[in-house]
Amino acid sequence: MNAILLQFMRSLRQSFQDLLPIILVIVFFQLVVLQQPVPQLGQILVGGLMVVLGLSLFVQGLQMALFPLGEDMAYSFVKKGNLWFLLLFAFTLGFGTTVAEPALIAIAEEAAEIAAGGGLIEDLEPAREGYATGLRLVVALAVGIALVVGVIRILKGWPVQYLIIGGYVGVVVMTAFAPPEIIGIAYDSGGVTTSTVTVPLVAALGIGLGSSIRGRDPLVDGFGLIAFASLTPMIFVMGYGMLF
Amino acid sequence: MNELIHFGQTALGLVRDVLPIAAILIGFQLLVLRRPILNPARVGVGLVLVLLGLALFLEGLELALFPLGRLMAEQLTAPSFLFGEDTQAIAEFDWADYMWVYIFAGAIGFATTVAEPALIAVSIKANQVSGGTITVNGLRFAVAVGVAIGVAMGAFRIVTGTPLHWYIITGYIIVIIQTAVAPRAIIPLAYDSGGVTTSTVTVPLVAALGLGLAETIPGRSPLLDGFGLIAFASLFPMISVMAYAQLSEWRTRRVREANSSYQDRP
Repeated sequence: MNAILLQFMRSLRQSFQDLLPIILVIVFFQLVVLQQPVPQLGQILVGGLMVVLGLSLFVQGLQMALFPLGEDMAYSFVKKGNLWFLLLFAFTLGFGTTVAEPALIAIAEEAAEIAAGGGLIEDLEPAREGYATGLRLVVALAVGIALVVGVIRILKGWPVQYLIIGGYVGVVVMTAFAPPEIIGIAYDSGGVTTSTVTVPLVAALGIGLGSSIRGRDPLVDGFGLIAFASLTPMIFVMGYGMLF
Repeated sequence: MNELIHFGQTALGLVRDVLPIAAILIGFQLLVLRRPILNPARVGVGLVLVLLGLALFLEGLELALFPLGRLMAEQLTAPSFLFGEDTQAIAEFDWADYMWVYIFAGAIGFATTVAEPALIAVSIKANQVSGGTITVNGLRFAVAVGVAIGVAMGAFRIVTGTPLHWYIITGYIIVIIQTAVAPRAIIPLAYDSGGVTTSTVTVPLVAALGLGLAETIPGRSPLLDGFGLIAFASLFPMISVMAYAQLSEWRTRRVREANSSYQDRP
């Protein structure tokens, strides 16, 4: 029990160090550049304590649950040897975790407003809502497909750069044809799809596959899934913008 | 009491977000793989810790950092701070007038990335898998430097109003060139670090900065120009992580060459 407590104290100190840069930046700009006092100091201290405690608990839980779960499932799928179920799992994981992502919901609503303002769709509530839902489904589909392709890549041992560079070419080509209103949102949608809970799971899945298949290196083949998941939404969202 | 209710709402929202993930995992584990979860008690406690930790983390950010960060982004981009009382100056501004904005953008990009939980997760994994060659903090700082440069350049782009895609396409070309010459083992990790940088901590602050800039600069529309900062923040870490690997490889080679030339001496 003491060992756990000691480890937790250490992790609390680490979390505090992680947070220190933000505190320094804010204090410097507030006091030196803007020359204003820090408002509501008490509230900020309480919030800061919560952040430090929360980060420590998260990292602890990560090591206990998310990492072992993702890796264990990767091992089991390889042992079972059923490719279709593995691909179905990859797709479901990508689609299921993205479609409910709060950051994506927010961005889809903004995109619908832009589309309505630009005259792409009717400026009515049902039209906007339909557009936003469609966009969310398209991004979730893109992430699901990205994980399927990424898993096939790990199984085959293809170098990651060919697929990524191919994806870049896709993005550049689509940029030339997509309506300018959608481009900023499309580029940003790549960054917001991968949430804090999804990233550790997906990383563990890739590394589990990379280390349990003979001839694959977990460092070279295991990483790369997250990169796909942030690339394909850009292409799909621009495609969606062109269709509507 | 209000805080407690708010915290409960945040926690409930998280449970709702995580429920589909848990359903997928358990569904496949029991129906497809047909085997029980290893160490169910430990995994269960771990999941509770993840949820509780994230809820505390988000709530703390909402209480302490976000209001202040957003306020500062607004104040730094406000014409009265940049140009004093001279209301004419804003009409003929120069990109250099916004120097403090670029510095703030870079500093906040760096600082929020260091605290990003998803990046910590990937760094821990990379450290384990590489057998310690990649250090947890080394990777995080490399990524944070990339985000700092990216967000500062993104702010510069909004101020100057140049098209987003030219920057992104140039960045892609740099990434492709680096891919050809960087150590092979770092490439997948570098690509991944682009995607993980922007989540819980970075997005709200950086997005507030972008929208604040686009709203106050004449001739910029928040809808057209306010976006794109996140894209910058996910592109530049790839460049900086590969550059970090290239630098450490170059340094190792130099040390080795220095040693061997020393041994060659008669």
